[in-house]
Amino acid sequence: MKKWKYLTMTAVMGSALMLGACSGDNSTQNNNNAETNSGQEAADEKLQGSVAGDGSSTVAPIIEAVVEEYAGAQPDVKVSVGVSGTGGGFEKFIAGETDFSNASRFIKTEEKEKLDQAGIAYTELALAYDGLSVVVNPENDWAKDLTIEQLKKIWTEDGTEKKWSDIDPSWPAEKIVFYSPGTDSGTYDYFDEVVLDGADLVSAATLSEDDNMLVQGISGDKYAIGFFGFAYYLENKDKLNIVKVNGIEPTHDTIEKGEYTPLSRPLFTYVKNSAMKDNAAAYDFVKFTLENAGDMAEAVGYVRLPEEKYAEGLKTLEGLK
Amino acid sequence: MRYIDDTVVKKRMTKRITFNKVWKSLFFLATTFALVMLAILLYRIVTQGVGYLNIDFLTNFASRFADKAGIKAALIGSLWLMGVVAPVSIVLGVGTAIYLEEYAKKNRLNDFIRMNISNLAGVPSIVFGLLGLTIFVRMMELGKSILAAGLTMSLLILPVIIVAAQEAIRAVPNEQREASYGMGATKWQTILRVVLPAAIPGILTGSILALSRAIGETAPLVVIGIPVILQFLPNDLLSQFTALPMQIYDWAKRPQEAFQYVAAAGILVLMIVLLMMNSIAIFIRNKFQKRY
Repeated sequence: MKKWKYLTMTAVMGSALMLGACSGDNSTQNNNNAETNSGQEAADEKLQGSVAGDGSSTVAPIIEAVVEEYAGAQPDVKVSVGVSGTGGGFEKFIAGETDFSNASRFIKTEEKEKLDQAGIAYTELALAYDGLSVVVNPENDWAKDLTIEQLKKIWTEDGTEKKWSDIDPSWPAEKIVFYSPGTDSGTYDYFDEVVLDGADLVSAATLSEDDNMLVQGISGDKYAIGFFGFAYYLENKDKLNIVKVNGIEPTHDTIEKGEYTPLSRPLFTYVKNSAMKDNAAAYDFVKFTLENAGDMAEAVGYVRLPEEKYAEGLKTLEGLK
Repeated sequence: MRYIDDTVVKKRMTKRITFNKVWKSLFFLATTFALVMLAILLYRIVTQGVGYLNIDFLTNFASRFADKAGIKAALIGSLWLMGVVAPVSIVLGVGTAIYLEEYAKKNRLNDFIRMNISNLAGVPSIVFGLLGLTIFVRMMELGKSILAAGLTMSLLILPVIIVAAQEAIRAVPNEQREASYGMGATKWQTILRVVLPAAIPGILTGSILALSRAIGETAPLVVIGIPVILQFLPNDLLSQFTALPMQIYDWAKRPQEAFQYVAAAGILVLMIVLLMMNSIAIFIRNKFQKRY
């Protein structure tokens, strides 16, 4: 008769013990980040507090690397960053839930207006460059170099079923298969704005928030075309063919020198001014981010900004304190 | 005079037997299809993930280097999440089931409640995510905390627990209740000392299966906006945290191929946790269910 009481008691005690054990682990968390390149930071005062961010999945690898290094420099600052996409990140930024929002495009007018309404002042800081890469299947031997006009013709929705021969009569009369990042991503918005001038993207396109799905789709279909961040192309070079845009191939050099226009784009983080002012931990983290963004960007497949841009960013940040 | 023509019967019989065999093999194929898919899935995940599955993987935080990446924050975060979901959903679920089965009169209102609880079990999880975002994260200002996510998950699995607990309570023979009343026990005493002890195996089995669903559920966490990049462990219910499915999804999206294997190792960890929970459910069922 008492058996079930005993049973529930055991369950309750068990979960309590488990939770206790979890928080006990807290003290060991500093040991895991032995490799940090910031000896000078370690000498600084130890900060406490928490910093929250969200935003672009394109910027996420850079931020993850920065957060990893920062945990070595300031182990007591709790930095947490979500990956909801540029648009999703701004939505949370507007709701006042985050201190900074990562973006792979400029902030939109409607987002600016909503931030004004919410009374949130923000500052834009550039972190790195990305070359938005247009790719086709390796068996595609015709589309090696496209102009922006051609890209526009290929990707704009006009109610017809598009064939490669519509773009150039010497190309195969086969249906074009489209792969594009999802509408919540800054990559989609940037492409739509720069290449399509804001016109609708072809409705036949397969949209996915997971860029690996796009890589798989394009590498599996001879007549496919798609676009995504440079890092995904670098990792999948053997499965894809890169398309030159206006005669320029995206490489580390052409992106860095600004030759790969207009598809080379800056990656940003938008910081909340009041958080920089009132939250010493948030200020310190963003400062650390700007100091290390270049190295971290290179490490994860993006391109660093010129040194003076980071100095400029740090100066702007200094002004917010 | 024979009424049955043997040759016609024979002709018909072979046809009928073949027909029967065809259907049998079709249904067998349907069964094996699911099994083969499961086997392929398991094979792929185990071969990809097992190389990354070691003690370091369990004790490291996430990292940009695939070979240093670990699942500590997500694993501990998921356990904390279960620490909220389990008590909240079981207490609310069993309470509702006791009310509906033992106290509620059979009238239209209660029929309406019963019907809606069954309907609630079919609502997509993303809808619960939106509900959680509006009510717990924004209105109650709990933020993207363990408590907010745990309450959302509790709502998600509550209908399942209620239905399972109702079935278990209904299965207790009425004679036992009557015997208890005959001895002078009140309704509450009967529920506490007769009905619940008999129903507890069924209730716990259903609850643990529902919790297994909660631990693998991603959509509500994505909608709430649970962070994935963090390098600390939660220390109270209002802490930020990340969970196993979020971490796995994040790894699977990475451009570097090595992270696909890290994701597979994460899936293995999640599956081991799930298997452990399910075996607890089976253990409880076997140990306590042989009462009648």
